[in-house]
Amino acid sequence: MPKVKVPRKSTSVDMTAMCDVAFLLLAFFILTTSFKPDEALSVVTPKSVSTTKAEQKDVVLITMDKEGKVYFSVSDDATAEKGEIIDVVDQLKSLGLTEQEKNSFKRSGSFVGVPFGQLKSYLQLSPEQLKSFKSPGITVLDTLNNEMITWIRAAATAFQGSKMNLLVKGDNEAKYPSFKGVIDAFKKNEIFKFQMITDPEGVPAGTELFKKNELRTPAAAE
Amino acid sequence: MAEMDTSGGGHEKKGPGVKKAKKLSTRVDLTPMVDLGFLLITFFIFTTTMSEPTAMRLFLPKDTEKPEDQNKIKASGALSIMLSRNNSIFYYEGELAPDGSNFKSTNFKDIRDIIINKKKSTDPTDFVVVIKPGPESTYKNTVDMLDEMTINDVKRYAMVDIFDVELTLVRASEAYQQPGK
Repeated sequence: MPKVKVPRKSTSVDMTAMCDVAFLLLAFFILTTSFKPDEALSVVTPKSVSTTKAEQKDVVLITMDKEGKVYFSVSDDATAEKGEIIDVVDQLKSLGLTEQEKNSFKRSGSFVGVPFGQLKSYLQLSPEQLKSFKSPGITVLDTLNNEMITWIRAAATAFQGSKMNLLVKGDNEAKYPSFKGVIDAFKKNEIFKFQMITDPEGVPAGTELFKKNELRTPAAAE
Repeated sequence: MAEMDTSGGGHEKKGPGVKKAKKLSTRVDLTPMVDLGFLLITFFIFTTTMSEPTAMRLFLPKDTEKPEDQNKIKASGALSIMLSRNNSIFYYEGELAPDGSNFKSTNFKDIRDIIINKKKSTDPTDFVVVIKPGPESTYKNTVDMLDEMTINDVKRYAMVDIFDVELTLVRASEAYQQPGK
């Protein structure tokens, strides 16, 4: 009787397809990823159910860190406005800033967290020195001398005629009085509309907003 | 595919009288490459920030000095919520009783039910929530509270400075609660 030869099958699997998939995904993630810019201020924002995307352009950002210190910055795409803001601040407070100090404010990623008294010396610091510099924060708690008012006025002047996106980014731990100081500064400048940067969060089930969203979703699908 | 043929060109199927040339397979073992690929994928998944920050809109009321310009609210439809330290909340409905009997304490878990109940029990035109963040409350508390307004679909709410009377009450009840805990 002839022996039936059982063909020996290799246990190794063809890896090409898997390799393709892996690298396709890799390419996708490399392209979509945007590394967090090296921020000097670490702020953990609160969560909210809001779904509106935060604006990225023409942004005037007020940051509050966890100690309640307030910082002022302008997004890098609005270079012209940035220059104008520092000019206006210079005039309003007669700080006598030199061209070089103004350029230091215009540098990308710059932010200010010092009272006007220290602004001149702050802008003289080199980027290396800035890393170790401890900002005291802009004075907002003093209702009589709320320096944020001047900053906002300068920003409003610079962005006159174009849309200014006023954003507030606060840390979870920041105390309310700092926030109130910022709001007061807005009010003093007749700005009643602003946005707060938050992290997205799911809507709790069973609430009114949840029901509203549920009603809306099937309608949108039709 | 998957590996180099190392058998040195085994003659599995020898045709009659045909000498086959040695066939070297060009196949490479891709397993390490796949490993590397997935390793990098995991790295990028962890470092990537898929969720963009969202923004919450807030409209501020205009400050008016004259009392007659201020919006009048019916006291009965008001729910005043005071935020204090350690995420504690104090609230009262309507007007604050002189003896502070309707001054109650709660937390962020239960405040939703309180808002819903109040909303149900009052005339929608009168219903207004007054948020009064105290000096010890955090920014997170404030945002959470504003968020609660959106969640519960409260149309009218206001952010007001805390009154001294209320602040004293908050402090007093906190001091009272502390030894108990």
